[in-house]
Amino acid sequence: MSSSGGPNTRKGDGVTGIVKQDSQVELSLPQTRKGNWRQWLRSIARFMRYKPLGGAGLFLMVLFFLVAIAAPLIASHDPTATYARDRLLPPSGEHWLGTDFLGRDLFSRIVLGSRISIYIGLASMLGAAVVGAVLGVTSAYIGGKYDLTIQRFVDALTAFPSLLLALALVAAFGASINNVMVALVIVFSPRVTRVVRSTSLSIKQMPYVEAATAIGATDIRIMFRHVMPNTFAPLIIIASGLIGSAILIEASLSFLGIGTPGALSWGGLLSGQAMRFFTTSPWIVLFPGFSLTLLVFAVNVFGDALRDVLDPRLRGR
Amino acid sequence: MKEYILKRLLLFIPTLIGTALAIFILLRVLPGDVAEIILSGPAGQGSFAHEDVLRLREDLGLDKPIYVQFGQWVWDMVRGDLGESYVTRRSISAQIKNQIPVTLQLAALSALTVAAVGIPIGILAAVRRDSLLDVILRGWAILGLATPSFFAGLLVILGLSTIFRWMPPVGFSHMWVDPVVSIQQLVFPALALGFASNGLLLRMMRTQLLEVLGDDYVRTARSKGLSNTIVIWRHAVRNALLPVVTTFGFQVGALLSGTVVIEAVFSVPGVGGGLVAALLSRDLPMIQIYIIYFAVLALVVNLLVDLTYAWLDPRIRYE
Repeated sequence: MSSSGGPNTRKGDGVTGIVKQDSQVELSLPQTRKGNWRQWLRSIARFMRYKPLGGAGLFLMVLFFLVAIAAPLIASHDPTATYARDRLLPPSGEHWLGTDFLGRDLFSRIVLGSRISIYIGLASMLGAAVVGAVLGVTSAYIGGKYDLTIQRFVDALTAFPSLLLALALVAAFGASINNVMVALVIVFSPRVTRVVRSTSLSIKQMPYVEAATAIGATDIRIMFRHVMPNTFAPLIIIASGLIGSAILIEASLSFLGIGTPGALSWGGLLSGQAMRFFTTSPWIVLFPGFSLTLLVFAVNVFGDALRDVLDPRLRGR
Repeated sequence: MKEYILKRLLLFIPTLIGTALAIFILLRVLPGDVAEIILSGPAGQGSFAHEDVLRLREDLGLDKPIYVQFGQWVWDMVRGDLGESYVTRRSISAQIKNQIPVTLQLAALSALTVAAVGIPIGILAAVRRDSLLDVILRGWAILGLATPSFFAGLLVILGLSTIFRWMPPVGFSHMWVDPVVSIQQLVFPALALGFASNGLLLRMMRTQLLEVLGDDYVRTARSKGLSNTIVIWRHAVRNALLPVVTTFGFQVGALLSGTVVIEAVFSVPGVGGGLVAALLSRDLPMIQIYIIYFAVLALVVNLLVDLTYAWLDPRIRYE
C-alpha cells in the first residue's frame, strides 16, 4: 500500500467513494504501520454494530471457512465408506444428519464438501479480481488499440449468461475442480475489467497522477502504485458479489454431473441417485441444499453490507 | 430510430460469426481424440484397432484441416443442415426440433412469472418502505438470490408430494394441444427457475422507485394535489421502470440458460437435457449446435433489450 498514508486518506477526490463520506461507518484498508491490527478489530466491531446482517454474514463465512479447513477433524465418519445395512437412515445420534443411499454419513460428506464450495468461491473470485484489475487498469491507462482489443473481448464475454459460458468452457477444458475454477475466472474477469477500467479512466485525470508523471514516475509505477489502489473500493464491491455466483455455478455444474466428477461437492450431493430417494428420505437433499443456501446467503449479505459501507451512494440498494 | 435499429442489426452478423468461430475453436482444444473417445464407448473400455480410428476420423471429416472443417460446418448450417450426432449418428435437427419448443415455453412462462410477480412486489415494497411487509419482501429477495435453482426445484417437488400428495404430470404436452396439462407441467419448474431473478427484479424495482420518489418532479406532482396512486403509477413507476427493463432483459438470458439445470430436476424433455447428455458423451457436433443455439438466443435477447431501451428512452434514440 502507498506509504504516503494509504489510499483512503485522500479526501474528496469524489471518484471512487473510498473516502470517508460517512464518518460513522468506515472500513479502513490495511496500513503497514505496527499495531494496527487493533484498528482492524475496531473497524470490524464497528461494521458489526452498524451492519448487523452483514456482520452475521461475515461471522457465518468465517465459520464455514474454519469448517472447511478443519474438515477432516470435524467429520465423524469416513465420508466415502459405504455400509449397505445403514442405507437412508434418518438423522440420529450416530449419524447426525442421517445417511445417504449407500449408507454414507451425510454430516461428514457435507463437512468435507464445504471445501470445494469455499475453494471455488474464493479462488475464482481472487483470480477474476487480479486478472480484471490488471486488465482494467492497463486498458484505461494505455488506451489505444490495446484498450479496444480488450474491450471487444469484454463485450463478447459479458454478452452471454454466466452459467452457459461456464458450461461451455468446462466442456472445452474437461471437467475438474481446477478447470471449473479457471472457467469461472474467464467468466467473471470481464465484469471486473469493465468496472476497474471505468474507475481508472477518471482516476487517470487526477492531479496526483499528473504530479507522479511530472516527477518522472514510470508508467508501471503510476499504474500499480497510484491508479490501482484507488480502484479498490469498486473492485472489492464487485469481487465480493462474485463469490456467491461462483459457488452457485459450481454447484449447478456438479449437480448436472459435469462440474467436478468424483469429488465431494454440495451440488453433487443433490444429483443423480439422490434424486431417486429424496421424496421418501428428504434429508439427503435438505441438508446439503440448506448448507449451500446458507453459505451463499452469508456471502451475499456480507457483500451487500460491504457495498453500503464502501459506496454510500448506493446505500439501501 | 431506424438508423439505430439498422446499426444494431448489422452489428449482429459479425458478432454471430465471431461467436460461432469462438465456440468451434474452443471445443477443438478438447484434450483427447474424438474418434478414440467414440470407439472406446461410454464406459471407456471398448477395444479397437488403429485402422478403425483412421476410418472414423475420415468418416467424420476430422482428418481435414481445421479451417476446412469450420467452413464446411458454417456452410452446412446456413443451408439448414445441422449435421449429425457422433454418437447416435442421427440428424441433430430432428432431435433439437422437439426440444426447442419445450425450453422456450418453460423460459417464457418463467419470465412471465418473474415480471408479473417481481415488479408489483417491488413497487409494493418501495411504497411501504421500512414496514414489516418491506422487510419480509426484501428477505424473500435475498433468499431467492441465495437458493440454487435446482434446490428450489427439489423443495417444490418435496412440498407438492408431501403436503398435497401430488406430482406434476411427467412428460410434456404442447401449450396449444393440452393447455391445462402443459401449465401443470411447466408452472412449477418455471417458478423454481425464476426464484432468483424474481428477487433481483424486486430489489431493482424497489431501489429505482425509491430513488425516483425523491425526485423534484414527483414533489411537483404531489404539490399539484395529484392523488398518491397517480403520482406513483403515472409519474414515478414509468421512470423507474427503465433500468428494471434492462435487468429483466438480462434475467431472461439467465433464465434461458438456467433451463439446463431446472429441466434436469423436473425431467422436462427440453434442450437442457440434450445438452447435458451431449456434454457427458462428448458429442462434439451436438454440443456445438446446442451452445450456438443458446448463444444466438442470448444475442437476440440482448438485441431486444437494447431496442426496448432505445424505444423507452428518447435520449438514447437520438444520440
